[in-house]
Amino acid sequence: MKNNKLKGWLYLLPAILFLGFFMVYPLIDVFIYSAEEGYNFVTQTSKGVGLYNFSYVLRDPYFMQAVKNTFIIVIITVPLSTGFALLIALALNSITKLKELFQTIYFLPYVTNTLAVGLVFMILFRKTAYTDGMVNLLIQFFGGEGVDFIDGPYWAKMFVMCFYTIWVVLPFKVLILTSALASVNQDYYNAAKIDGTSKGRIFRRITLPMISPMIFYLVITGFIGAFKAYSDQVALFGTDLNAAGMNTMVGYVYDMLYGNAGGYPSYASAAAVILFAIVLTITCVNLMVSKKNVHY
Amino acid sequence: MRVNLQHLTKKFPNLNKKVGGDVIAVNDFNFEIPDGKLIGLLGPSGCGKSTALNLISGLLEPTEGHIFFGDDEVTHLPPENRGVGLVFQNYALYPHMTVLQNIMFPLQNLKGEAKLPREEIIRRATEAAKLVQIDGLLERKPSEMSGGQQQRVAIARALVKMPSVLLLDEPLSNLDARLRLQTREEIRRIQKETGITTIFVTHDQEEAMSISDLIVVMKDGMIQQIDAPQEVYDDPANLFVAKFLGTPAINVFHGEAKGGELYLAGENTPVLSVPGVADQTLWVGIRPEGLIPDPAGPLCCSLRNVEVMGRDTSVVFDHPAADSENPRAIVASARRPKAGETQVRFSLDREKVHLFQKDTEERIRYGEQRHEE
Repeated sequence: MKNNKLKGWLYLLPAILFLGFFMVYPLIDVFIYSAEEGYNFVTQTSKGVGLYNFSYVLRDPYFMQAVKNTFIIVIITVPLSTGFALLIALALNSITKLKELFQTIYFLPYVTNTLAVGLVFMILFRKTAYTDGMVNLLIQFFGGEGVDFIDGPYWAKMFVMCFYTIWVVLPFKVLILTSALASVNQDYYNAAKIDGTSKGRIFRRITLPMISPMIFYLVITGFIGAFKAYSDQVALFGTDLNAAGMNTMVGYVYDMLYGNAGGYPSYASAAAVILFAIVLTITCVNLMVSKKNVHY
Repeated sequence: MRVNLQHLTKKFPNLNKKVGGDVIAVNDFNFEIPDGKLIGLLGPSGCGKSTALNLISGLLEPTEGHIFFGDDEVTHLPPENRGVGLVFQNYALYPHMTVLQNIMFPLQNLKGEAKLPREEIIRRATEAAKLVQIDGLLERKPSEMSGGQQQRVAIARALVKMPSVLLLDEPLSNLDARLRLQTREEIRRIQKETGITTIFVTHDQEEAMSISDLIVVMKDGMIQQIDAPQEVYDDPANLFVAKFLGTPAINVFHGEAKGGELYLAGENTPVLSVPGVADQTLWVGIRPEGLIPDPAGPLCCSLRNVEVMGRDTSVVFDHPAADSENPRAIVASARRPKAGETQVRFSLDREKVHLFQKDTEERIRYGEQRHEE
């Protein structure tokens, strides 16, 4: 028996070592860094322990801008992308002809490189010396006034940002929801049909509860993913996100470590801890909400 | 409600593109189901019995033919306007709703004039639950119930709308043997209590025999025979029906009729006199209980095995003319062959001997029925 226990631990050892070195240790380190005041990167010494790093970060306008941006992206893109994905999945599920073709088309963005997609968006939205960009040309064609989406007003940039984020995360959600819809037993729909259930009621009372675990999964991962957004912003607005006013919280952490103003692991860690606290809170809220509305 | 099917036909396009053409699942159904009866649609898997049920429910549209409920044609009515209740093979209970919510669901769908107040919905749902004796489990989820209980919920949900026709698709196939016995009596009781015309689909002949008022035997989309259970057994229309009903199965022999006498293939002793049957080779079907041990009997078989079952004894024997794999006789235990015997002789009970055409497998009658009408 004892021998068996030892064996068990032995089998676990590689995973434990790997996770310990690369996950647990750095995680603990972040918390330690965030509490060390006046940490010197070169001598690796600090002046003491306190909450100064947090108060600095929270008073940094760049950080507050990043928090605001992140929240706007999360609040707009998570519900919209999940909703659109559900609509598309429902449509895909209800057609029979060319179903596979459309499924492939909707899945394509998922396998396309983020930076390549960013480039395409630049062509669509960016104003240059030679052209106003496709979208602006369209707006002007219909009599509207063009706007610089990449280098212009905040709302325009945010619009492109959200549009881009939704477009990038959509295919995965569509994929998950189409398979979730397809896995609902046809007999439930037949039973509902016999009872003369209206389409809307079938959707609300049967389809939605049946696929609720998948929707919940998408909302949770969607929230976490959106809070961790960074590469999409770089793809659209370049590396100097603070100047563009489009930085995110993860972007701020990165800038504090490696950016032009970088070299501040303490501030970066404090920002990371704040981000962690926010994501944890939101996930807990999600879990509580799901207890009532998700049916496994 | 009387249900009348006229030339009902359903064709499906063949999924195997190479073969092409249509698969005829239901072929020219003509029969009337009397009001308030329990009808068993019986047939082997893939014979089209579920398709027939779905046509009656309205989930499928027939390719040809008409369906009447009473005097009203419902052929092209959507299912919800037909007033049918359907119990699915896997019950199709909504897993996220409680038993009460499941049973209430059909009533909550009612719109306009028919709309019911919530108290009335709950009252009717509880009543339906009482009828199937699950009124103590209303707050449970389907996953917290046994298969038999789920089955009852499914029946209650189908009944709560007070349908004019209740349809059951293989209602017992997901239950274990003991529960099956219990539930089928339950179905019979509920049908009797409500008086709703009920059609149920099954591949289990014992199930069909035990509770139906009328059995419809199907094969390859065609009706083989419609009759009361005992009639279907005693008076099969053809070899398929004879083989499909009865456990143990009927024994089939190659035989020949010559000069009003019946011979088994390769034998010179007549086993039965069959006056009026033209000289021909034919199939001879003998029910296991129609073989009576008789030292002077005309049928001589080599004994293979004797299975004691208490009240009766099953005698497995060999005969060169037998087409059945394990021909057997069911005999009273007192008359079973003694140990060490290698041969057994039988005389035949003519009521239990049926003759069939060699090619069409249709029945050849020779006045064997005692109660001929």
